[in-house]
Amino acid sequence: MAVRLMRRVVSTGAPLARFYSSEVRKVTIIPGDGIGPEISAAVQKIFAAAKVPIEWESVDVTPVRGPDGQFGIPQAAIDSVNKNKVGLKGPLMTPVGKGHRSLNLALRKELNLYANVRPCRSLEGYETLYENVDVVTIRENTEGEYSGIEHEIVDGVVQSIKLITEEASRRVAEFAFMYTKENGRHKVTAVHKANIMRMSDGLFLHCCREAAEKHPDVKFEEKYLDTVCLNMVQDPNQYDVLVMPNLYGDILSDMCAGLVGGLGLTPSGNIGLNGALFESVHGTAPDIAGQDKANPTALLLSGVMMLRHMNLNDYAERIQQACFDTIKEAKYRTGDLGGSAKCSEFTDEICRKVQGG
Amino acid sequence: MKGLEEHSGVYLHRQSEDVAVRLTVSQQAPVSKPEGRTKCTLIPGDGVGPELVYSVQEAAGVPVDFETFFFSEVHHTMSAPLEDVAKSITTNGICLKGILATPDYSHSGELASLNMKLRRALDLYANVVHVKSLPGVRSRHQNVDCVIIREQTEGEYSALEHETIKGVVECLKIVTKVKSERIAKFAFDYATRNNRKKVTAVHKANIMKLGDGLFLRSCQEMAKLYPKIQFETMIVDNCTMQMVSDPCQFDVMVTPNLYGNIVDNLASGLVGGAGVVAGASYSADCVVFEPV
Repeated sequence: MAVRLMRRVVSTGAPLARFYSSEVRKVTIIPGDGIGPEISAAVQKIFAAAKVPIEWESVDVTPVRGPDGQFGIPQAAIDSVNKNKVGLKGPLMTPVGKGHRSLNLALRKELNLYANVRPCRSLEGYETLYENVDVVTIRENTEGEYSGIEHEIVDGVVQSIKLITEEASRRVAEFAFMYTKENGRHKVTAVHKANIMRMSDGLFLHCCREAAEKHPDVKFEEKYLDTVCLNMVQDPNQYDVLVMPNLYGDILSDMCAGLVGGLGLTPSGNIGLNGALFESVHGTAPDIAGQDKANPTALLLSGVMMLRHMNLNDYAERIQQACFDTIKEAKYRTGDLGGSAKCSEFTDEICRKVQGG
Repeated sequence: MKGLEEHSGVYLHRQSEDVAVRLTVSQQAPVSKPEGRTKCTLIPGDGVGPELVYSVQEAAGVPVDFETFFFSEVHHTMSAPLEDVAKSITTNGICLKGILATPDYSHSGELASLNMKLRRALDLYANVVHVKSLPGVRSRHQNVDCVIIREQTEGEYSALEHETIKGVVECLKIVTKVKSERIAKFAFDYATRNNRKKVTAVHKANIMKLGDGLFLRSCQEMAKLYPKIQFETMIVDNCTMQMVSDPCQFDVMVTPNLYGNIVDNLASGLVGGAGVVAGASYSADCVVFEPV
């Protein structure tokens, strides 16, 4: 049912959008599994209400058998993202068992997605143990511990290789400083463990220092991973933008999400050489799928990040404000935030605010 | 400033308590030590280490004779040789150690830090950190009481790194079956001895399928031998997220090297910082008490 709802929004939303602006841009949307279709539909509805000049191109990513006999992501989906250069993606079920290349991997390769950006911000009105958290984690996304190079040397001894290259480290460091400037932030913290991994993390740190020299107007500091973990749970306000290798980014970004209330509230963006993909990083929540109970906030805020990436800042600001206000007012909160509103009620309220403003 | 004093006060108290506990244990054992006095190796360490350790020495008033070594990587020219320190600890079986600073670059170009070398020399394979909310120390989280058991002789801390071609560095993480089983057994034994209910294995086996997979399997196998202890597994990123939102769900945690370092520090932050958390590193026959 949710899928049908989503399709309706796609089919009505797209042609309408054409009339709003002369430079309508196409964006690929991958609704995803579980609650994915509902929250994707919610985001599309809100975007339509805000008259965002975007035409959605919805693609199906159910694995199909390719010409080589292997199961994989349909080429049409990859082509769409590749052509549009910008995509929004709902949660996908992790396929149990192997056999086909994961979509994430395929898209990451195709678009050369090298940086994962995760802003974590306390939502006003929704209280957690931590107030005024406002940090952004930027994670190198192509190498490091996730190189996938492992082998069993002799029986019972496994060696996993963490790969750090100058090229990738420099690229993500440079991106972190650019991001900091473009988003009116002030400080970049390089998170590392160069006291233990002196060469690999040392190289990463060296690249960050070089980037820092090129951007003297941004404050730069270096911190050990363990120190950042300790300080983050005591006083998260001392951090602004954090840049780090793959694994540390994985861990810290989830931890920061924990500070503000979990993955259901934090957006995520993957920036690449050939495009960008924005997504919600929470699960598919099959237990509440199709029941109109899901909270679309993470995907909506990912969409807002996407708008900023496309330089549609006014729309981004308006939608974000409407979302924050709705949560703050607490009248239409979904179950995960302690409310009783349905996903559609929450969405409608944001639409009302977007149109009113 | 006031906060700091408070912290170190508690910290000293905790440390001396630990020594005292250990002493009772060793006094009960049939050892041939005259007048019940125990000899203990003392490494003051760098930075604030010396002041803290010296006040422990004075404040405790316990029947301990300290054998002090200046051991440091920062002031490497003045440092006692590793062999001497290791020998003393092996002989005494017990050591109290302050924090050793680890610079990013070693003077000799070696990759292993002094801490790592000491751990290896003595085979201090299990690091135990007990994180507990203390009355009087204000923090956001209440009733935290968990024990983090960390493998600390292999994994990411193996100091095997090389530059294959210019600008490309490979860092090896080594996981072995023997050491994974050893730490898993230590964790379950610890849980049994200390009346703990649950052991959580922290891993990233979804990505590092072989390396962390081996660690995870070793823990799962070991869990079967301890049916009275509840066993669960958790991916490290989820673990950190759970830790900041609901730390009370954790009891004993067993982790590979790097994740242990992360979880240790994170958990310490929850109860008031590294200054109020005590830790100890165990080998088969000696123990080094040290702050996190």
